[in-house]
Amino acid sequence: MKRIDLDAADPGFAEALASQPGGERIAACFMCRTCVASCPISAVDRRFHPLRIIRLALYGLKQEVLASDFIWLCSSCYACQERCPQGVKISDFMTLLKNLAVKEGHVPRGIRAQLDLIREHGRIYPIDDFDNKKRNKAGLPSLPTSCDVVAKLA
Amino acid sequence: MNYALFLGCTIPARSRNYEMSARRVAEKVGLSLVDVEEFVCCGFPAKNSDREFSETLGGYNLALAQQRGMDICVLCSSCASALTETAHRLSSDPRARDRVNGRIAAAGLRYDGDVRVRHFARLLLEDVAPETITSRCERDLTDLRVAVHYGCHYLKPSEIYDGFDDVEAPDSVEALLRLAGVDVVDYPSKKMCCGGPVLPVDEKLALAVAHEKLTQLRDAGAEALCLVCPFCSVMYDGNQKGIESEFDESYGLPVLYLTQILGLAMGFGRKELGLNMNVVKTKKLLARYFE
Repeated sequence: MKRIDLDAADPGFAEALASQPGGERIAACFMCRTCVASCPISAVDRRFHPLRIIRLALYGLKQEVLASDFIWLCSSCYACQERCPQGVKISDFMTLLKNLAVKEGHVPRGIRAQLDLIREHGRIYPIDDFDNKKRNKAGLPSLPTSCDVVAKLA
Repeated sequence: MNYALFLGCTIPARSRNYEMSARRVAEKVGLSLVDVEEFVCCGFPAKNSDREFSETLGGYNLALAQQRGMDICVLCSSCASALTETAHRLSSDPRARDRVNGRIAAAGLRYDGDVRVRHFARLLLEDVAPETITSRCERDLTDLRVAVHYGCHYLKPSEIYDGFDDVEAPDSVEALLRLAGVDVVDYPSKKMCCGGPVLPVDEKLALAVAHEKLTQLRDAGAEALCLVCPFCSVMYDGNQKGIESEFDESYGLPVLYLTQILGLAMGFGRKELGLNMNVVKTKKLLARYFE
C-alpha cells in the first residue's frame, strides 16, 4: 500500500466537502466498515474501498482522491448509503467527488464520451433512420433523429 | 388516467423487446401510456460528471410532463432514480428549482414541482387492482422457475421512493410474478448490483460483478432471470457470453423482462413480446408454451 503524505494535505478540503450535497455527514464516519462489507465492487476488486476514500478526504488529501481512478469504480448502487449507521450519504459523496474530479480535469474517457453524446444528441444512444425502421417493424413509433434543445439547456 | 411514457436512451435503441412487451401489458391491464417525442436523456449518465446539468435535463423532462398534466411512467430503473431524485430536489429546494427554471426557460418551459415519477412495475402494483392482473392471465406458468434481479435504482436511494417496497427485503417484482402464477426462486445475492455503471470505466471489473450473480443463479436452479432495467440486461443478457468465456463458465440462462413474463402469462405470442430479440435464446425455455 502507498504511504500517505500528510504534508500534502489541504486543510480546508474536508470542510469544503461538508458544505456540498453528499458531503454533509462525512465527518461522522467512525470506520465501522459496513460500507466495505456491503460494496459489490470491493468484493471483487480491493482497489475500491469506500472507507479509505472517506478517510483520505477527511485528511484533506485532495489530489490523492480526485486524481485517482478508484472513485470512478463506484457503481452508485447505494448499498453502503442505505446501511451506513452514521447516516453518511456515501454514494452521494462519491458523486460529489466525481463532479469535483471532472472540474479538475480528471474524467475517464467512457464517462466523457457519454456526456458529449448527451450534449450533442440529447441521448446516449442516438436514434437514426435505421433504428426507426427497426422500431416501426416491431410496431413501435418513430423517435426524433436529432435534438437541438439540449444545446440551449447546457 | 394517462401516463407520459418515458423511454430514456437505452430502451428505444437497444431493448425494443422491453418496450414492446410493456406496451402490450399496459394495454391489457388498462394503463394508458402516452408518447412524448420531446423527452431527452433523464440525466442519469451525466450525474457523475455534471450533476447540475443532470438536474437540468431532469427538470426539462418533468416540465414536459407537467405541461401535459401527466405523471411519468418509466421502464428503466436508472431513469426512475434520476427523475425521481430530481423531482424531489426541485420540489424541496427552491434555489435548485430557480436554477433549473432559468435554464429550461430557453426551451419555453417552467417546472413548478408536482409531477410524480414511477416505475412501470410500481404502477402495476399501485394503480392496477391485483384481480385485474390475475384475471388477464390465461397461460399457466406454474412450472416456470424464475429468479428476480431487483437492481439498485429501482428501489434506491430509498429516501426518494416514499416507502415503496423494502430495500433489504424487496418483494414487489416477486409479488407481480406470483399474481401471474410464476414459481419464484430465491438465491443469496438477490440484492446485488449488476455492475453496469462501471462498464464504461472498467469492463473487466463490471463483468466480474455480474459473474458472481450468474453463478449463484445457476446453483439455485433458476431457469430464467427476471429484470426491470435495460442496463441490467446489458450485463446479464448482452454480456452473458462474454462472461462465460472470460471466466470459463457455462450458463445459457435466458434473461427476460418482467413485462415479457407477464405478457407470456397474459397469452401473448413470442414475437408480440419480442422474445425473439433476447440475446440468450429463449426458444428452448418457452417451447413448452408454444408447441
